[in-house]
Amino acid sequence: MQMTVDLNRVGAKGAIAEAAEGKWGMSIDRDLCTGCQACVAACAMENNISFVGEEDAGYGRTQHWIRIERFWEGAYPNVKIAGGYQPMMCQQCGHAPCEPVCPVFATPHSDAEQLNLQVYNRCIGTRYCANNCPYQARSFNWRDYHTMPERGNMVNGKLVFPLHNQFNPDVTVRRRGVMEKCTFCIQRIHKAQDKAKSEGREVMDGEFAPACAQACPADAITFGRIDHKDSLVSQRSNEGRGVKHLEDLNTLPRVTYLKEG
Amino acid sequence: MAVLSKYLPGAKKAREDHFEKDDPRQYLMHDPIPRGQMNEMVMESMHATSWKFWMVFGILSVLVAVCFFYAWGYMIAEGLWVAGVMRPAYWGIFLVNTVFWIGISHAGTFISAILRVFKAEFRRPFTRAAELMTTFGLIQAGASIFMHLGRVWLSYWMFPLPNQRELWPNFHSPLMWDLLAITTYVLGSTMYLYLPLIPDLAMARDRSTGWRKTFYRILALGFRGTEGEWRHLHTAMNFFAFAIIPVMFSVHTIVSWDFAMAMRPGWSSSVFGPYFVLGALHSGMGAVAIVLFIMRYTMKHMDYFIRKEHFDALGKLMMMVSFTYAYFIFNDYIIQWYGGNLATDNLLHWLEEGPMSWMFYQMILFNIVIPFAVLWIPKVRQTPWLLAIVGLLINIGMYWERYIIIPVMLTINNMPFTWKLYEPRIEIYLTIGTFALFLLFYMAASRLIPLIPVWEVQEGQMAHTMRKIGKANVSTISDFE
Repeated sequence: MQMTVDLNRVGAKGAIAEAAEGKWGMSIDRDLCTGCQACVAACAMENNISFVGEEDAGYGRTQHWIRIERFWEGAYPNVKIAGGYQPMMCQQCGHAPCEPVCPVFATPHSDAEQLNLQVYNRCIGTRYCANNCPYQARSFNWRDYHTMPERGNMVNGKLVFPLHNQFNPDVTVRRRGVMEKCTFCIQRIHKAQDKAKSEGREVMDGEFAPACAQACPADAITFGRIDHKDSLVSQRSNEGRGVKHLEDLNTLPRVTYLKEG
Repeated sequence: MAVLSKYLPGAKKAREDHFEKDDPRQYLMHDPIPRGQMNEMVMESMHATSWKFWMVFGILSVLVAVCFFYAWGYMIAEGLWVAGVMRPAYWGIFLVNTVFWIGISHAGTFISAILRVFKAEFRRPFTRAAELMTTFGLIQAGASIFMHLGRVWLSYWMFPLPNQRELWPNFHSPLMWDLLAITTYVLGSTMYLYLPLIPDLAMARDRSTGWRKTFYRILALGFRGTEGEWRHLHTAMNFFAFAIIPVMFSVHTIVSWDFAMAMRPGWSSSVFGPYFVLGALHSGMGAVAIVLFIMRYTMKHMDYFIRKEHFDALGKLMMMVSFTYAYFIFNDYIIQWYGGNLATDNLLHWLEEGPMSWMFYQMILFNIVIPFAVLWIPKVRQTPWLLAIVGLLINIGMYWERYIIIPVMLTINNMPFTWKLYEPRIEIYLTIGTFALFLLFYMAASRLIPLIPVWEVQEGQMAHTMRKIGKANVSTISDFE
């Protein structure tokens, strides 16, 4: 008798059983990445990410949902790039270590979209999810950077913040004390799905992209359905160069890195 | 009180020094004094407050007001950025303090419950002092957990309260288990502190006037000392002594699971449960030694109750615990190292030669080497101030151990780009605040409730007799329990 293993059930913790295949995914070509940080800037604009300032950023409190990791050899000034650039964001794990550890269910899994969600309103800030994330992809709101008094202007005796005008209305502005992370621009996914639904069709491959993929000048980031074999992201992921990050931890990441050729 | 004058602090020599070497009266159990007199001694130890007491009390109150309440309020108002936590050390000293205080609280239960169950006679005069450490330590541990939360005002969401959206807490989360375990432990240990206290409260009620009489009358629950009341009390205490032991083991195991369940190099270790329990006992024993030393030299008549024999017994326990601790730490590190996992390897190199390596070596020195080296010597065990210093060093070492496990180990992870060293900021003040609050609680308690379980000492003295078997003098116990 042949045993079949249902990956939807095996390896899951309790009720958090998830599909191994996933739905949305990304491929990042490290051969093409130039480390220009356009994705980082675009992501910050799209998702209302706080600018933490020089001092806090230097101390390790950047809140970027995507970061470009640089790897080098030697010490300044004799530095040699070794390993290149590696954009790192939430890998939207199918078997996410961050999910079971939250005491208040602020980190549930979306069955519909196969993404890891973060419910800002529910988060009480234990930061266990961030500790348990092997990719260090989560960032915490250490303070209300948006409303720091020194960032505002006094206009007629009232403190106004000009930068608030560039907030994306589709995305929440998070307050201090809550965790946040990359959502694969779920607001764009929903917008595309709504549009497709109103036109009576499926979402087409390449119809939309998250901010990072849209901004990448080298087209290193591809986004789409990884459960559709003919989508561009599936083709790129399966062309032979694809590796998953920390795959041995069995987190089932949805992001495939294409190693240097 | 002319009878008692020879026990006053003015008399420099401790009581047991007056006896010859083989005189059984150097042991508390063989040096009985009349019950009424002993009761008076304990009452007097509560009432005798000098200006030094109030001075220390005042300093601690100021420290608590500034370093605990003001600093915490400031942090709640400003946000966690005033603390030193960052990526990758999302957890910092707050959880170090939590683990440390839960560790301190373990000795209370261990000394009181396990030694009571096994009828170790030396426990009698200091069970209460140890149990108070449990309760007050757990208060600090609880406060430290809440300090650490990003939005502490919403922490009640961790409790399964009915709500309109039918949101439940996540029982898969080790933090949830932690909350349940610590709550159980607080309730259990407080009841376990209270039960043996009832006869002493009744004794104090019969010997005081004014507001104290009202205070003791309410707390003593009308205990009169009838045979039936004693029988019920013994049944209840026996029940709690057995029930609190598994709770004690589970609490620190579950605290260790906060770390061991996580997918991190250095944390994901199956030995963490017993390792943490032993570590807790290690720091707790050291803390008991310090508390007994302070009690003996600052409180009236305590040199009658707390003697060299007790420090000696405690020293032997400390040595045994330190052996076991060494076994666990060896077990943990050798397996991590032999496994050869790259991230773990990085972590071990970081501990060995990184900027925090001094802490790692001090931990080994204070927790293992020094107890190993000195506690063999009876002279060290029997000299209270030496044992208190060993206890203090063990506590420093155990604090370093928790500091290494939490922020230092968090520094190294699977993503080398994010490695960063944690620096405590406001945490230092809050740590001072929790220590001050613990001491303040303890000082207040020392004036309000008898720190010596009088009835237990009297029971022991009644049970002990010297008998002659042949030419030998043998101490015998007729078992009451």
